[in-house]
This record gives sequence, structure tokens and C-alpha cells, in this order.
Amino acid sequence: MTDKPVAEMTFEQAMAEFEAVVQQLDRGDVALDASIALYKRGAALKAHCEAKLRAAEEQVEQLVLNADGQPTGSRPVGDM
Amino acid sequence: MDLLDDDPTGDPNGSNAPEFTVSELSGAVKRTLEGEFGRIRVRGEVGRVVRARSGHIYYDVKDDRNTLACTTWKGQAARLSVQPEEGMEVIVTGRLTAYGAQSKYNMNVEELEVAGAGALMAMLEKRKQQLTAEGLFAPERKKPLPYLPEVIGVVTSPSGAVIRDILHRLRDRFPRRVIIWPVAVQGKPCAPEVANAIRGFNAMPEGAPTPDLIIVARGGGSIEDLWGFNEEIVVRAAAESRIPLISAVGHETDTTLIDYAADQRAPTPTAAAEMAVPVRLDLMGWVDQQGARMTQTLRMGLRQRTQRATDLARALPRPDTLLSQPRQRLDLSSERLPNALRARTNAGRMALSRLEGRMTPNTLRAALRTQDQRLQTATARLAPRAQSQVAALRAKLDSLERMRLSLGYEETLKRGYAVVWGDDAVVTSHKALKSVETVEIEFADGRKPVTPTTPKKPKQKIAPPDQGSLF
Repeated sequence: MTDKPVAEMTFEQAMAEFEAVVQQLDRGDVALDASIALYKRGAALKAHCEAKLRAAEEQVEQLVLNADGQPTGSRPVGDM
Repeated sequence: MDLLDDDPTGDPNGSNAPEFTVSELSGAVKRTLEGEFGRIRVRGEVGRVVRARSGHIYYDVKDDRNTLACTTWKGQAARLSVQPEEGMEVIVTGRLTAYGAQSKYNMNVEELEVAGAGALMAMLEKRKQQLTAEGLFAPERKKPLPYLPEVIGVVTSPSGAVIRDILHRLRDRFPRRVIIWPVAVQGKPCAPEVANAIRGFNAMPEGAPTPDLIIVARGGGSIEDLWGFNEEIVVRAAAESRIPLISAVGHETDTTLIDYAADQRAPTPTAAAEMAVPVRLDLMGWVDQQGARMTQTLRMGLRQRTQRATDLARALPRPDTLLSQPRQRLDLSSERLPNALRARTNAGRMALSRLEGRMTPNTLRAALRTQDQRLQTATARLAPRAQSQVAALRAKLDSLERMRLSLGYEETLKRGYAVVWGDDAVVTSHKALKSVETVEIEFADGRKPVTPTTPKKPKQKIAPPDQGSLF
């Protein structure tokens, strides 16, 4: 179990640790107190994963380039 | 004179033909060449290539018998879709012209294309080997793709099926933020624009979102259409990209050099989108499943522990049964305690009286007698031995005394020597005698005090003579 706050994790990190938590609980050799702490951590990781998954929103923009080919801004792209 | 000049027979060498200056002729040749040939295409193999410091390129295009000198000016060189390389089979397009200063003609090349697919492939192979040797395609340069990129940068044409395919597939799998960097995907501008886009994504201005994954995509086409993605600047930009890059250029069968430099090669733009993101619904299912499993295992763990606790409690014996046996032993022992004490005292007392009976004066007396006898025997053996030892010692003492007497000074006194004592110390010198008060002389039969007397005679001799009586 890392000490990194769940909110700062990438989806992949949260997912990996969530999986590790479940496996640890699965083995059944964790002390009762520790297993409850693990469960809480797992619940937080699950919520974080779900939030990341829910936050999946499409946003497509196209860069606007100047004469030198450098981006000067962007404009949203409509239906494609 | 003017008339003579007109005489056709006057000059046998044809002096009536017009005379040119060299420059006039050069100009005429130049005009003729340019007018006659105009804009032409010439096919041949590139010979020696010289790039002048000015930026102009001078090179030869030749076949097995002849050579055509070519020039491409600095401004034109930048616009060439392919740079001339020695040995390359090319078709050059431009105008034929003459250079009067050196009496030479040459071709100014505006466009250069690789002649035929075979030649292109040969060139591609050569370039690939060169870049491989440089390590640009080395497996250790490959970066892993992020599992779930937040922002995806797509380098492609903003119109057309490719970007639509990518966006559709991304939407299906996991909608993300996508930034499109529009580029030309064929023709001369393709390579510089694609290279610029890859570099640009790697150096986005402050505040602009930087993608954590780049997709470089283009639909299928001929080898010439895809040529831009074989250009060195594109390959280098892809290899240098810090952001992981997926190349998806052409169809599965088309391989361009950017594919070797990319971290992943996708056979199609759609496949690139699949590589870019996981499937959101799958992940949601996975998260739910893991969550359920976690709850279940915890619940099961609790249930198992409760069960175990109950089982153990059942196996625990009643306090009464735990205590009854020790209590019984205690009772038994307490009962036996007074008897045991009494028995022990009796046993002691009996042992004491047994010993008492054996302790009488007779025992002691017998012991004394034995010791006394041993003492007497020892004494009897001691006396004779002691007497003989004493006699031997006396004899030794007598002989030592005799030796002492014969060596001592008293014996010498008998022979007539005397010892002078002054103040009870032996006087051994004449000087010492002067400082003592009493003097004794010791003879063999005793001491005799004497009074020292000073002789008179020397005193008289010392008196000074009377000088006066002589006169």
C-alpha cells in the first residue's frame, strides 16, 4: 500500500493499487484491523477509479496555426 | 572601299558572314537553348553532388554516355520534395540554359522526383540502414504508452476519413480530449509540417494542454503519396519525441520509416485509437467486479472470524470443571499435612535416641589411649637421634673456636706485639695519636695507661741564632 493520496493518482495507479488491495483481502491472512483499513482504502480507490471513468468526456479541438506553422490558438471541432 | 567590300569573291573565307562578339554569341546560344527546349523533364542518374556554402546545389545527371550539369538555387532547393543524392535514379524538371562565362550549358532544376518505384525502394532501404546504424530505431528508445492518456494529440489532415475514424473509435472506447494539429499528409509540405507538428506538441506554449500521447496518422496511398513519412526530418522528430508516439500511416502493408521510429506502429488509424485508450465500459465492469469481490471477501472474513470465535467458545471448559480437580488435590493434601508433620517428628526423635545410645565416655577413653601410645613411641624414637646430632654440633663448634683463637690478635700479643688504644679506639697512626686525650697500651696480660711526653730536644734546635753577636 503506497502513501500517495488517492486523489493524486492516475487512473492506472489507482487501478493497480485497487487490484492489489483486493488480492490482499482475498488471501485472507490479513489481521482484522488491517483488513478493515484495507477495505476503506480499497473503497476510496474504487471511488477514484469510478470518478475517472465517469469524467470521460469527449472534447475535440483543432489548433489554429500561423504562417510559421506555430499554434496561435485552437477552435473546437464540431461533429465528425 | 565600300564597293570592294561587297565583292563576293574578295574574301575566300566567306567574309560576308556576320561577325559576332563572344557575348553576342553566348546570348544567342542561351536564347536558342531556352527557346528551343523550354521547360523539360530529363531522366538520369544523379552523379556528383556539391552543396555550395551559398545554399545552391550543383550536381550532374547522367546516363551511360553523357552528362548534364544541373543547378538548383538556394530558394528552389528548399522546395524540392526529394533532395538529390548520388546514385539516385531521378527525373528532373526545369529549364535548359547556358552559362556564357564558361561556354557551358546546364539545366536549372526546379523539381526532382525519384524515377520509378524500384528506385524509390532502393533509396528508402539505404536511408533506413543509415538511420538504423544511427540507433534511431533501437528498441531501447521505445517508450511505453500511457495506460489512459488524458490528452491525445493527433497529427493528420483535419479533413478526411482518418481523423473521423480515430475520433469515432476513441468515442466508442473512452472519450478523451483530442487536439488536432492540422498538416498536409502528402506532397512537398507534408514532411516539414508533420515534423513541425511532432516537435510542436513536445513544446506546447505555457498554459496550453500538452498531450500525453501523439498519433501520427494518414490513410492509404501510393508509395509516392506516403513519401513524406519517409523523410529524415519526420523520422528524427518522431524518434526525438518525449511524448510516446503511435504511427498509423497507410494500410497495414505500407511501411514508412516513421513506423520504425514510433513507439508503436498501428496498422490503421482505427487501430491507433484502440492502442491509445482502454475500453471504458470494460474498466467500469472491472471496477464494479473488484469492488464486489472486496466487499465479499471482507464479509466472508468477518463471518469466518465470528464462526471461529463461536467454535472456540464452545470448546472452552466450564470454570467449575477447571477448578474441581485442583481443589480436590488441595483437600487431600491439607488432610495429610498434620499426620505428615507428626510422622516426620517421630522419625527424627527416633534417630536422635539411637545416636544418644552410642555416645559414652568409654568411646572417648579408648581413643585417648590409642593416641597416648602413639606419642610415647614417637618420643622413644626421638631421644637418641637428638643426642648424636648435639655431639656432632659441639665438635664443630670447638674446632671453630680454636680457629678463632689462633687467628685473633690476643694470641699475637703473647708473642710481644701490643695494641695502642686512644680514647678506647685502636690507634694505628702517629697522626691519630696527637688528637687523643688518653692513651693505653694493651699487652697480653692487660692494658696499661700511659702519659704521652713531648721530647724537648727538637724545641731547642728551633730557636733562631743571635745575629747581633756576629758583629
